[in-house]
Amino acid sequence: MTTMTDPPQASFRLSQLIYDTRYRSYTFQFIALMLLIALMAYLGANLVTNLAEQGQNISFGFLAEPSGYDINQRPIEYDSQSTHLRASIVGVLNTLIVAFLGCLTATILGVVAGVLRLSPNWLVRKLMAGYVEAFRNVPVLIWILIIFTIMTAVLPAPNAFRGDDSESSMLFGSFAFTNRGVYTPAPIWGPGSLVVVLTFLASIFGAIYYRRYATKLLYDTGKLLPMGWPSLVILFVPSILVYFVMGQPISLDYPALAGFNFQGGLHIRGSLIALWFALAIYTGAFIAENVRAGIMAVSRGQTEAAASLGMRPNRIMNLVILPQALRVIIPPLISQYLNLTKNSSLAIAVGYMDVTGTLGGITLNQTGRAIECVLLLMLFYLTISLAISAVMNVYNKSITLKER
Amino acid sequence: MSKDNIAFHRTHMLPEAPPPATETGAIKWLRENLFSSVANGLLTVVAGYLLLSLVISAGPWFLNGIWDSPSLTACREMLDGRTGACFAVLTERWNQLLFGFKYPDELYWRPTLAFVLLFVAIAPVLFVKFLPHQLLIFTGLYPFIAYWLIWGGSIIVPVMALLGVLFGVLVYRRTLTVSAGVAVLAGIVGAMVFWWIAGFVTGSAAGFLALEPVASRDMGGFMVNLMLGVVCVSLSLPFGIMLALGRQSDMPIIKWICVVFIEFIRGVPLITLLFVANVVLAYFLPPGTTFDLILRVIIMITMFASAYIAEVIRGGLAALPRGQYEAADSLGLDYAQSMQFIILPQALKISIPGIVNVAVGLFKDTTLVSVISMFDIVGMIRGPILASAEWNGVYWELFGFAALLFFITCYGISQYSQWLERQLQTDHR
Repeated sequence: MTTMTDPPQASFRLSQLIYDTRYRSYTFQFIALMLLIALMAYLGANLVTNLAEQGQNISFGFLAEPSGYDINQRPIEYDSQSTHLRASIVGVLNTLIVAFLGCLTATILGVVAGVLRLSPNWLVRKLMAGYVEAFRNVPVLIWILIIFTIMTAVLPAPNAFRGDDSESSMLFGSFAFTNRGVYTPAPIWGPGSLVVVLTFLASIFGAIYYRRYATKLLYDTGKLLPMGWPSLVILFVPSILVYFVMGQPISLDYPALAGFNFQGGLHIRGSLIALWFALAIYTGAFIAENVRAGIMAVSRGQTEAAASLGMRPNRIMNLVILPQALRVIIPPLISQYLNLTKNSSLAIAVGYMDVTGTLGGITLNQTGRAIECVLLLMLFYLTISLAISAVMNVYNKSITLKER
Repeated sequence: MSKDNIAFHRTHMLPEAPPPATETGAIKWLRENLFSSVANGLLTVVAGYLLLSLVISAGPWFLNGIWDSPSLTACREMLDGRTGACFAVLTERWNQLLFGFKYPDELYWRPTLAFVLLFVAIAPVLFVKFLPHQLLIFTGLYPFIAYWLIWGGSIIVPVMALLGVLFGVLVYRRTLTVSAGVAVLAGIVGAMVFWWIAGFVTGSAAGFLALEPVASRDMGGFMVNLMLGVVCVSLSLPFGIMLALGRQSDMPIIKWICVVFIEFIRGVPLITLLFVANVVLAYFLPPGTTFDLILRVIIMITMFASAYIAEVIRGGLAALPRGQYEAADSLGLDYAQSMQFIILPQALKISIPGIVNVAVGLFKDTTLVSVISMFDIVGMIRGPILASAEWNGVYWELFGFAALLFFITCYGISQYSQWLERQLQTDHR
């Protein structure tokens, strides 16, 4: 019979905290935590001393005070009597506007350039490679400044459009490119225009439904309905009919030279255009590389297999390559959107009033509340980043290959 | 059936004929690469037209360029109505573009020498396989030499800094037998103590072997971009590795500290961090500390770059097969050894393209310091040069020059990284 005896219970020695792997990690974590707390306490104490010395405090009350400055691009009602909070909201909206426009344009540019980089045409391939390399390797700030220079120093002044044989003339009689910005026709929403808009929205849904129905019919019965022209008819004919039935409620307001400047129409400032185009072209170069990598990641065998089934080239692209490539393309694409949004903070270099220009620029300088302003600014960008990464995680989960 | 019934039959071999003209040489290449289909032909014509119009409009501008003129008006007179560039602004303001407008003229040789030595120092790192390893000693000395050359002052300061680092390494080596973490801590503390003591010596020997000191607010131009880029990338590599290892660690507190730091830094634009460096950081330092703006900016950009490099390296660590970690454990290696000899060499190799991307991006982002009124190359162009009476209105030459400098550097770096990837490829393809 064997007897089990407990191993001799070693008494705990202090040196085990360092030498024994069981306890060592606790020691390190404890030290790390202590160092962190000490650092925080040190910085906090310095902050309190410094603020007390300058007779300041941390307070967000300044947000409710009148701002006292004007913003040239106002998506919502705002004047210099409005509060700093409202100025920040205007800035946030301006950031979102340029980010949205930039992402949209960058995607189009990037997809076109990325696909063309794989084209069989040598000249086009090299041209696109040149575009991608030129824009990826030069700071976006320089591109913003270059386009801003074109917008302000190269384009003609409004009075160059004066007279019958003027130096400059408007494009199609409705677009004016001046050094004070671009003037385009703006829609005027008359009474009854809501009906037209609603009809158009309804026809979008109608077109989508028709396409789904046609696909289902094809899969169920093999009967092939035409897709192209019926969707166009559904999309546009009802809206046009309603437009005339309602008595043409939507009209265009054309810009016209009045006094020293253009009046009427939609005025897009040079700063917005510089920021928008520079960000779009710069990010587009990165997206082009992602698109190219995504398409090349689909193995050649897939193309050949599809071709051997007798598919035509555009069907191969739409039905075989793209669905597989999108899985690779979309995650880096979204992080490019995020980069574009963060880079839009460079607006401050051309005087576009985004949130960095209002909250982090004029409000900060006027109130002197550096800590609060920078903190709010960081929180805003952090929120956007975290929200987009959350969306991306959900998306990544949904497209992960379901393997057996 | 005899041969006579057949109308024709060949009795001898035909001589070899050359392929048809459309299937050889330039014509074949044109057919296949430019005009393989109608759509492609159209595309070629459009692209060719665009390229040609670009050359036609930019060609005379380049060729008529004036390289020697004191101001824009004089340059316009020389051009006499023709289209042409005023490259004279580059030659006349060359030193300002490179060194800023306050760096003393007679000291330009110092940053230039530091720049040349940079290549000597960096070559043994870039071409490890081709150059003797002894040259790496110079690479280790380079930061102290460069500091002395660019900022000037007594040679005691960089020497003491160097000795402090060496002392820290010595302490690290001695305590390594206990545990890697303890050794790192002990090394850092050792170096700190050494520097603290050395502070008494340097103060009293300020004039010893001194170069004329230059304040960092007097520096500008492309020099600032290069300095920020080189310093921040090289500092952020070790920090990035530490953050990545911390994020992969089993210790929850350390892991969460790293995660929060990385995600916070990656979530905000660099500009806001530069604002912190410019206006906020002073609040968190002891009252009365005066802290160089350039140093504050280096701290913030290094933090920024470390977070991005940490994510790249984490990708490399995650891409290693689990078996590598287990193999290292089964050999009986402790954490530091397994990281040093097994994991990191492989993980870093995988991460090279990502690290280079971050480095290039960071180098481009150094232009953002112009927003917080530092006079880097973009700041110089927008500020002193375009605002001067002589050169107000010269845009293309200046921005084009800045773009060209960045393009050469960044394109060079990315080409090097592709070469390095091929060199390090050990798998069989």
